[in-house]
Amino acid sequence: MSEAVKTKILVGLGACGIAAGAQKTLASLEEGLAARGLVAELGPAGCMGMCYREPLVEVRRPGQPGVVYMELTADRVPRLLDEVVRDGRRIDEWVARGEGLTGAEDSFFAKQHRIVLRNCGRLDPERIEEYLAQGGYQALGKALRTLTPAAVIEEIKLSGLRGRGGAGFPTGTKWSFAAAQKSAEKYIICNADEGDPGAFMDRSVLESDPHAVLEGMLIAGYAIGATHGYIYCRAEYPIAIKRLRIAIRQAEAGGFIGERILGTDFSFHVVIKEGAGAFVCGEETALMASIEGRRGMPRLRPPFPAVEGLWRKPTNINNVETFANVPWILQNGGAAYAALGTAKSKGTKVFALAGKVNRGGLVEVPMGATIREVVMDIGGGIRNGRRFKAVQMGGPSGGCIPAELADTPIDYESLNQTGAIMGSGGMLVLDDTTCMVDVARFFLDFTQKESCGKCTFCRVGTKRMLEILERITHGHGREGDIALLEELAATIKRGSLCGLGQTAPNPVLTTIRYFRAEYEAHIREHRCPARSCRALIAYTVLADKCTGCQVCARACPVHAISGEKKGLHSIDLARCTRCGLCFDKCRFEAIEIT
Amino acid sequence: MEPACQEWSPGPVDLDRLDRVLAEHAGGGGSLIPVLQHAQDAYGYLPRVVIERIARALGVSPAQVFGVATFYAQFRLKPVGKHVIRVCHGTACHVAGAEKISEAFSRELCVPDGETTPDRLFTLESVACVGCCSLAPVAMVGGETFGRLDGPRVGKVVKDFRKREGA
Repeated sequence: MSEAVKTKILVGLGACGIAAGAQKTLASLEEGLAARGLVAELGPAGCMGMCYREPLVEVRRPGQPGVVYMELTADRVPRLLDEVVRDGRRIDEWVARGEGLTGAEDSFFAKQHRIVLRNCGRLDPERIEEYLAQGGYQALGKALRTLTPAAVIEEIKLSGLRGRGGAGFPTGTKWSFAAAQKSAEKYIICNADEGDPGAFMDRSVLESDPHAVLEGMLIAGYAIGATHGYIYCRAEYPIAIKRLRIAIRQAEAGGFIGERILGTDFSFHVVIKEGAGAFVCGEETALMASIEGRRGMPRLRPPFPAVEGLWRKPTNINNVETFANVPWILQNGGAAYAALGTAKSKGTKVFALAGKVNRGGLVEVPMGATIREVVMDIGGGIRNGRRFKAVQMGGPSGGCIPAELADTPIDYESLNQTGAIMGSGGMLVLDDTTCMVDVARFFLDFTQKESCGKCTFCRVGTKRMLEILERITHGHGREGDIALLEELAATIKRGSLCGLGQTAPNPVLTTIRYFRAEYEAHIREHRCPARSCRALIAYTVLADKCTGCQVCARACPVHAISGEKKGLHSIDLARCTRCGLCFDKCRFEAIEIT
Repeated sequence: MEPACQEWSPGPVDLDRLDRVLAEHAGGGGSLIPVLQHAQDAYGYLPRVVIERIARALGVSPAQVFGVATFYAQFRLKPVGKHVIRVCHGTACHVAGAEKISEAFSRELCVPDGETTPDRLFTLESVACVGCCSLAPVAMVGGETFGRLDGPRVGKVVKDFRKREGA
């Protein structure tokens, strides 16, 4: 049977899919096909973006466009095989999306514009043939054969691409610095140390389209005159590392990586370095120290990496998403990229949308789209019909933008004005059950633990800020605490060497700026308006709803609940630890948080 | 604090395995971290004798090796149980109640966060983010991910693993 008449079945095997049981789906598809004597090409695909509908399976019947089926757990496989693969019908109620169809998830994609994610979930990341079939490595060929390094840099400058790691430095300008250095040895580093909690953009790209990142690195290597590339990837991303290794091997075999690439004089080698778990290694000088085998502590700049970087040689560092944009820009032209976005922020941005939103997943929008469009139109609004309170952008370095500012366009300058930052792409949606003081405390707890300890202001200052936030959330806040937090924030920003310390106070400053009343309620009234801080809430039994089933009493780990069978129960608040188990267990919504 | 159980002794360390790691990964610039990573893969943690031997082999002081090993979260200086339970404390999981999930595991296993059960079956840890934010709150047991957890589901997960182990 030839390729064209074979049905193709793609299973989304990104980390989210696997977590939702996609491996089991794949296994039962394999078994089911064999048991039915059906012939189909079954393969893994990367992340399709709709994390909230995993596991996802795309079926492409010969001569027909693909149809993506959602929530395809193993138990749904027999029906899919019988009706779709064997009989050629469609199961409309399971369709997430398909060309020319009305799928349940069409609105998730309507406002997206996929450049970085162009191949994600569309091809088998472990087969270079599929990347080549999508035009892969043609941009590299074009650069090597028809463009000078300077012309490549000009094209990137023309595109307006800015660093997607968060700081937003113009990529073409950065490349020109390293290109201007005279040195026989130069390096390209791909920063894949995606450390912000709640951010998984780079992981998904590496897992779904590793060759696009490699191709971007190769083009950058050619542009600046580098011969070696390092990918510094978190060890916590085993699937990404595995697929990168396969991709590098295939690219070497295909003549895209190695000596005299595509028959030209350009030679380039790529090595993966596994990070060992330190958030600060996302900072470029700390990252280089880590590759050199030392503690990942930042150093003073200048000299900048472009002048003196890895092994003291000129080095250019970009993050995964930046590199993944590069092949598209060379293929389609810088002007086409610059046609998207706003005056100063061009192209698109990928976000990991998560939190209290109906449709969390991986999204890519043109710059200039508003926060509201992402949360409401793409994300489908707030879960359980609750009130949209804020988005947290930029993780520990970013801040909270309140719902009132949801019409802020997503571009570097507008987001900076709010006190938050673009960041690497974490976008966490918060509802009215989220306590903003607690969110600030959460991020300070994180940065305080991850501070490398080199700068006193960062090491000790974040600790003092954390202590103040802890006492506020415990109901022991004092008058003047808010002013003290602001004073500490200002000195930490001034007295820290690297981005970690300089931005660590942002989550606190933005929540004070937009949610000061919430801080004051904790401090003055010992009250948590979101009913989230444990020291400030109580659990009580609602008399009209309690059936006396005794489930909560049996579940309570500290025996704080008493009551006769079929009688009204009560909670001994002196004993209660506010663990919330009774609230989770009760099937009658008879437990209330006050 | 009085330990809840008898201190477990890891027994003698077979250094042949380390020699194989060193033969393959030592040498060249920046080899310390890969050597530590592979040594930990071989032993499950970094015993003191292993750290000392690595220092000698790479020609650096044990203090430098120890400095690197304690800087990065990945390295452990204590052995772990058969199943490592990693409760995600990423942002999405935090706002979805990760703290309560850690507590529930702690209660089910009768060990505090960061410790190993006396039967060496489970080690309980908190991690920064496992990147399955849409399934929050999440925990991983070994390579398996469990999403949308709550107190009752945690109890079930632990029970299922105990059953598998016949404990």
